Amino acid sequence: MIQIENITKTYEVGGESFQVLRGVTFTIQDGEFVAIMGPSGSGKSTLMHILGALDTPTTGTYFLNGKDVSVLTEDALADIRLGQIGFVFQSFNLLPRTTVLRNVMLPLVYKEIEKEKREERAKGALKSAGLHETYFDHLSNQLSGGQIQRVAIARALVNDPSLILADEPTGNLDSKTGEIVLGTFQQLNQEQKRTIILITHEPDVAEHADRIIFIKDGLMVSDTKMHRK
Amino acid sequence: MKIRDLFEETFFALSTNKARSGLTMLGIVIGIASVIAMVAIGQGAQNSVQSSIEALGSNLLQVRPGAQRSFGGGVSSGRGSAQTLTIEDVSALKKQILSMKAIAPEISSRYQVTTKGTNTNTSIVGTTDAYASVRNLKMEIGSFLSEQQVQSGAKVAMIGSTVRDDLFGEGGEAIGQTIRINGIQFVIMGVTQKKGGTGFGSQDDMIFIPLTTMQKYLSGNKYVSTISIQGIDASSLSDLETQITNVLLNEHHIADPTSADFNILNQADIVETASSMTKTLTTLLAAVAGISLLVGGIGIMNMMLTTVTERTKEIGLRKAIGAKRIDINRQFLIEAVCMTLIGGIIGILLGVGVSFVVSVLGVTQTSVSLSSVLLAFGVSTGIGIIFGYYPARRAASLNPIVALRYE
Ligand SMILES: Nc1ncnc2c1ncn2[C@@H]1O[C@H](COP(=O)(O)OP(=O)(O)OP(=O)(O)O)[C@@H](O)[C@H]1O
Ligand SMILES: [Mg+2]
Repeated sequence: MIQIENITKTYEVGGESFQVLRGVTFTIQDGEFVAIMGPSGSGKSTLMHILGALDTPTTGTYFLNGKDVSVLTEDALADIRLGQIGFVFQSFNLLPRTTVLRNVMLPLVYKEIEKEKREERAKGALKSAGLHETYFDHLSNQLSGGQIQRVAIARALVNDPSLILADEPTGNLDSKTGEIVLGTFQQLNQEQKRTIILITHEPDVAEHADRIIFIKDGLMVSDTKMHRK
Repeated sequence: MKIRDLFEETFFALSTNKARSGLTMLGIVIGIASVIAMVAIGQGAQNSVQSSIEALGSNLLQVRPGAQRSFGGGVSSGRGSAQTLTIEDVSALKKQILSMKAIAPEISSRYQVTTKGTNTNTSIVGTTDAYASVRNLKMEIGSFLSEQQVQSGAKVAMIGSTVRDDLFGEGGEAIGQTIRINGIQFVIMGVTQKKGGTGFGSQDDMIFIPLTTMQKYLSGNKYVSTISIQGIDASSLSDLETQITNVLLNEHHIADPTSADFNILNQADIVETASSMTKTLTTLLAAVAGISLLVGGIGIMNMMLTTVTERTKEIGLRKAIGAKRIDINRQFLIEAVCMTLIGGIIGILLGVGVSFVVSVLGVTQTSVSLSSVLLAFGVSTGIGIIFGYYPARRAASLNPIVALRYE
């Protein structure tokens, strides 16, 4: 369960402080599929970094599964990311000149999983992300945008995280491929009961979620529960 | 992160940029190789100086005429320029000093030597039969001066191998031939074995004749230019030196030791002085090589800093998916240490190879010591840690978000 209360984030830019988040409060239950929407620069990625324990809020509190994350040390945050959270970044960030399989196995290396199991789990994750086996030994820079997307999703899944955060995962995809990727997220949510938070600009992408949170200028302006079709 | 994975990552990272890793390693290779080779050459020089001094005879004291002074304290005006030592001194020493192995007086001077059309100018040494054992001289052909030859003042000569080569051609037949030294005819009875070496007057370029003959026909007086005395062992040498001083002071009726008209050269002192000189040389060579090693280390640091900057995004990603500070720190540190270690091992092999080639080519003797190899090994690892520490720390302290946003 995610509970954030009155979260703010201020950046210092050239001696001036710049408040990106200005007090956001909400609760997300386990197993929810939430879409976060908002115009560009409204602070969506910043919020996701905080939810993903990559960053800490300037003020406010964040409880993840009952634990106060906003006061943890850098290494303790790393442990939380390693154990509970899977990221799909806005710019994917695969390791260049590295095979698909190695990319997906990377989190397991830090989790100190046995080498044989690593490969098995990575292959499993790639399959549930919908990438065909023939690409497993391709280098990351030899893939198409949609394939990169799937590898990034597989890497987020491989740790078996309870929370998956995806920053505009369909931003660079045509609507058909985007639809397939979203189907994957829906499947992960419904069949495996994982909490999914997805950031998007497009309303029809947000439709796939069962709750839409709207952010504008660092504030939450709406929080709508959808009814499943 | 497991150690095995750490090394796999390192191997992967180093092999993606082979040219750069290789060139950076080359700095360490050259540094370590030159340290090993320079120390080996210095050590070899030290050994060869020592052994060539010892080849002149072991446990040797040499009494020479002239004012008392310490070794290296000034330039001698030449052997025998002061004439204070005589045959009587030798007899007195023989009689009064019991704890010595042998004593050999000698007179040496340069004369023109001729034979059947060829001629040369070389050192003529008039001495006694004891000289061979005192100066560690062995014969190639024939035998050295006999007691009988010395007593009778025979006109016989033993020649060094260089003299033989000069007069009769390389390896030429010399026994039984006659030579003229300063116009006086001598019969060659032996050729001494080649000793090699050039320092302290090569014994290969000398002619040995009986002391009595020398005095009678060539020098024309009773003075000797050097008295060589062989002690029992190295530890009794300074004791022997004191005894000789006392006997000679007494013989020459000199009360004040500081105004003695002779001086004694202790071989142990010469060895010590010479080896301290070569030691300085070794240190100097090692220091120069050490500087090149330092430059190699800076190369490592430079490359690691570039790598960290280049891989900022990668570091950010690794941290974002759960890598801890220590994981990143170790990864980059091990990368640096691996490079210096591999460079160090190649450098050791290269250095040993160079030393080997140098000694095979006969440039100078070399001696690679285990300790310098171990030291090089330790130093190269140390350099990796020292010069890898800062870049690794920099990588580990990168903020994951900043690193991810980095373009
Ligand atoms: N490290 C930082 N330092 C300074 N300013 C930052 C930093 N990170 C983000 N910002 C600023 O915070 C604001 C919000 O950024 P954020 O990435 O959260 O927007 P976003 O809602 O994700 O936009 P988009 O939809 O375009 O991805 C931007 O104006 C950005 O310039
Ligand atoms: Mg964004």
